[in-house]
Amino acid sequence: MSLDAVVLEARGLTRRFTGVLALSGVDFRLRAGEVHALMGQNGAGKSTLIKVLTGVYPPDAGELRLRGEPIRPGSPAAAQRLGISTVYQEVNLCPNLSVAENIFAGRYPRKGATGAWRIDWQRMAAQSRALLARLNLDIDVTRLLSSYPVAVQQMVAIARALSVEARVLILDEPTSSLDEQEVERLFAVLRQLRGEGMAILFVTHFLEQMYAISDRITVLRNGERVGEYLAAELPPAALITAMVGRELSAAAGRNDSSAAPTGAAVLEARGVGRRGQLNPVDVTLHRGEVVGVGGLLGSGRTELARLLFGLDRSDSGELRIDGKAVRFDSPSTAIRHGLGMCPEERKHEGIIGDLSVRENIALALQARLGVWKVLSRARQQAIAERYVRTLGIVVADLDSPIALLSGGNQQKAVLARWLAIDPRLLILDEPTRGIDVAAKLEIMNEILALARGGLAVLFISSEMDEVVRVSDRILVLRDRSKVGELPGSSSEQAVYHLIAAGA
Amino acid sequence: MNSLSRHRLFWPFLTLALLLAANAIFNPGFWQLQWRDGHLYGNVIDILNRAAPLALVALGMTLVIATRGIDISVGAVVAIAAAVAALMIGGELVVKNGVQTQVSRFPMGLAIVAALAVAALCGLWNGLLVAKVGMQPIIATLILMVAGRGVAQLLTGGQIITVYYAPFFFLGNGFLLGLPFAVFIAAAVWGVLHLLMTRTALGLFIQSIGINPAAARVAGLHERLITVCVYVFCGFAAGVAGLVISSNVKSADGNNAGMLMELDAILAVTLGGTALTGGRFSLAGSVLGALIIQTLTSTIYSIGVPPEINMVVKAAVVFVVMLLQSAEFRAALRALVVRPAAGGAP
Amino acid sequence: MRRIDPRFVPLLGTIAVFALTAGYGSVAYTGFFSAQVFLNLLIDNAFLCIVGVGMTFVILSGGIDLSVGSVIALTTMVSAELVEHRHWSAAQAIPLVLAIGTAFGALMGWLIQRFRLQPFIVTLAGMFLARGLCYLISIDSISITDATYTAIAQARVPVPGTGASITVGAIVALSTLAVGIWLAQVTEFGRTVYAIGGNEASAVLMGLPVPRTTVLVYTFSGFCSALAGVVFTFYMLSGYGLHAVGMELDAIAAVVIGGTLLTGGTGYVLGSVIGVFVFGTIKTIISFMGAEQSWTRIIVGLMLLLFIGVQRIIVFRSERRR
Repeated sequence: MSLDAVVLEARGLTRRFTGVLALSGVDFRLRAGEVHALMGQNGAGKSTLIKVLTGVYPPDAGELRLRGEPIRPGSPAAAQRLGISTVYQEVNLCPNLSVAENIFAGRYPRKGATGAWRIDWQRMAAQSRALLARLNLDIDVTRLLSSYPVAVQQMVAIARALSVEARVLILDEPTSSLDEQEVERLFAVLRQLRGEGMAILFVTHFLEQMYAISDRITVLRNGERVGEYLAAELPPAALITAMVGRELSAAAGRNDSSAAPTGAAVLEARGVGRRGQLNPVDVTLHRGEVVGVGGLLGSGRTELARLLFGLDRSDSGELRIDGKAVRFDSPSTAIRHGLGMCPEERKHEGIIGDLSVRENIALALQARLGVWKVLSRARQQAIAERYVRTLGIVVADLDSPIALLSGGNQQKAVLARWLAIDPRLLILDEPTRGIDVAAKLEIMNEILALARGGLAVLFISSEMDEVVRVSDRILVLRDRSKVGELPGSSSEQAVYHLIAAGA
Repeated sequence: MNSLSRHRLFWPFLTLALLLAANAIFNPGFWQLQWRDGHLYGNVIDILNRAAPLALVALGMTLVIATRGIDISVGAVVAIAAAVAALMIGGELVVKNGVQTQVSRFPMGLAIVAALAVAALCGLWNGLLVAKVGMQPIIATLILMVAGRGVAQLLTGGQIITVYYAPFFFLGNGFLLGLPFAVFIAAAVWGVLHLLMTRTALGLFIQSIGINPAAARVAGLHERLITVCVYVFCGFAAGVAGLVISSNVKSADGNNAGMLMELDAILAVTLGGTALTGGRFSLAGSVLGALIIQTLTSTIYSIGVPPEINMVVKAAVVFVVMLLQSAEFRAALRALVVRPAAGGAP
Repeated sequence: MRRIDPRFVPLLGTIAVFALTAGYGSVAYTGFFSAQVFLNLLIDNAFLCIVGVGMTFVILSGGIDLSVGSVIALTTMVSAELVEHRHWSAAQAIPLVLAIGTAFGALMGWLIQRFRLQPFIVTLAGMFLARGLCYLISIDSISITDATYTAIAQARVPVPGTGASITVGAIVALSTLAVGIWLAQVTEFGRTVYAIGGNEASAVLMGLPVPRTTVLVYTFSGFCSALAGVVFTFYMLSGYGLHAVGMELDAIAAVVIGGTLLTGGTGYVLGSVIGVFVFGTIKTIISFMGAEQSWTRIIVGLMLLLFIGVQRIIVFRSERRR
């Protein structure tokens, strides 16, 4: 198989879901020995395309060819047998089985002629170790998968893909839960596989990472293919234009606004920590100030947010609001003191899927009012409409379930929920994760406008450029401890330097 | 919520209407109502009377299911409440002032309060296990279901305790304005619950907790407190049902009272359109579900079919309702219907 | 110090509990610690052991089967009807009832898998259906006087080394246990069951035969219920609609006490059988005590509480450490 030969080809793929045209006549070519990035906003059709390629859905029209032969995978198992393997964002393995079992599930090596149904555990363990060695991983393959961190679990998922002698490896948002070192290790593995002739399809939101690893880019927009480009010939601005369909104004930053009037301290935390999650941290937040939290994955950013908001109980330290000592043992107490929080996991801790958009937006306010004082439907409607306007939420009917909205609009709705209680301090944990570029900018601009209006903001994001751009001050964390604070005008390198120096 | 409730109630309403209509056609005398002994009398009245305790338990179960939980201990709680009341009232013939009167061991009011308090305590036990300890509801309530039955059996000494106290019988046998008093009890509980759910934010809170408990907590809901309250109410409702039942049969049977009632209640809730996965719920639907189950039972009885068929029919009804509620089934049906029709289309 | 594989901890806990209760009984009551008493545990609870094996697989896959008691009753009723009233032989009746139970389980499994229905409700309806079918055949109990049945019921197989003996039912129970362990640990079917219980969506994406396995799990449970019904028929020598009422809950309790998580994915077949033994020991102790049998229910309830409480603490601790 010569490098550069087309391994997987799709022509005219179309897929419809009750009324929505998710893919419309999409052509796609994946070559051997290349890393091919699939880019597009939320709702552009990336995940649908992947699901069609991997047999989760059949296409309504169009054809797929693998090395020239037409294929029609009817299930993930069938796609696997054809040699198309997928590694998903949420590691789709079974946490309660051992590493070796996960790698070989469904294709166990058998023992001998007599025990045709007996699994050969020794051979399985040995082969698993060999596969993981190819990925430079040396672990005990008989231990449960759940006893390893996510980064290792992902390697196991890749090892599984290799064990089926895949020709095509599809990686769907594989780096969302990985820190920089782990991403580098993953990329090293991908480069090695690429050299061996593997055709790799890579989906990600992180532009920097995409450029670091990809050879070619296919851009989707609204279910259609915009084009296929060589990564070296498509600079970021052009890429964004292709994805969004229009030029985006430069992101507003802290530097654009006049010096924000920072006022009195709203929240003071001294020595707040929790054993096993966060070592004692001091942080102060003032009115009108945006404090960014800079740190790598696992440094304790979300843990800090949860402790400040009362989602987790702190073991040590004290909190003061306006100078008065308080103790948050639940979010409702924190909310009563004027705090609000947009949690990291929008789907698990943010939206209440089956409730309407209107009810979702009004929920925190209603919770604060209590059981007896009810917000009338008209008032709920008024509140919701106000934020739909100011945040630009795209929604046809406020009574439809919030689960139907796109990721970006859901995030805006969750933000609206907290703005509705008129908070004095807002904690934002990854407010722009998994959101398309345009919505990201709108949300960030809104946050800055709020800060200008006097709101204190604690901003957590794994995209360091965002943190650096909008913050007045940056709190730097590393390995669950605070290593220092930097002024907002610092560069990304300065932050990383401080993190590294703390080692 | 309006359009949704109309949608949700459509199927249970239709089912009940069909049942009643079928009865009217095939069962002469089913709808006959007479005024006798100062109250209405007839098949329909019987159904209402017997459905009342089931409706009570179903109401409590609805809220629990709405929070994504389940309570399979309600049968045991019914038995316990009945046993407590029967023990405390007892009743014996005593000569007072030359007249033979029935006297209860403790004042009836106290006995009723005690029975309800014990029932609510059972609910509190369940609620704490689920909300504080974090146990899965089916296991937490399984414990009380197993142990509670034992407690009821101990209380009654494994026997049936007969109550000899006429005023107590009014709960299950009395009539008010011509209709059975039990119906008023159930209606009152339903009414209060309905007001609570619609005039306060409680309905919204319970739904939120059922759909996404983690998000509800972040949004500032007292999710644990509400969960505990919901289980307490479920126990309380079972207690009321236990009082009505024991009053109706004038005794308390530790072994059999409330047996399999949890299953009937869950069935009633499911028939009424509330999904077992929690979230949106319908109190009216559950009441309709209880009526459907009771109508089925009565229909089978009055047709002259052996009552054991009851179970087979219940099973069939459950299957049908379940399948109709399943999106996959409806899709499969549609595919079957559409394909022959698509013969002429290009 | 070598860490014990966390998977085995619940099983060790169950064994410890069993040792404790048996030990207590042996110390407190003379005559308790005899081979026959222990073997009686197996004999008197043979059917529960068999059902427990089937139930373990269902619970491991994350589901539940509430119909087992009713299928046992149905098996006894059909057996009695065939043998007593229609003069079938045991060799004809037993395969048929086994087939009925297996088909019943397969039907429930198919409904659950094909239409994504909840196992709780489907097996609940199955429970109603099976018991109702019982009553359709006969409302009263039918005693079995057939020679083959009575002979098997009275047969005693001496156990070498002790002075005691066990019944045919007990042998069937032990065989079922062996088959269950083999299925769970060695065959692809068993490993797929564990995978489904761990994360069903992942199992599908990994290409495991999830739909087929789901149906098979309930089919196997139906088979075990029918087999337990056959053993129960030997034990009671009658068919009756009120047999085995509530046995599904006893089975679930035994499985939970045996260390299997009701959420699925973790547990061992052996644990469930030991759970049955714990159950039986408590009943024996209570009868030795001369106390009312209703105490059994209370104590089992409390034990469930204790076990689940401990399970939750272990899970809590391991989550915290991460």
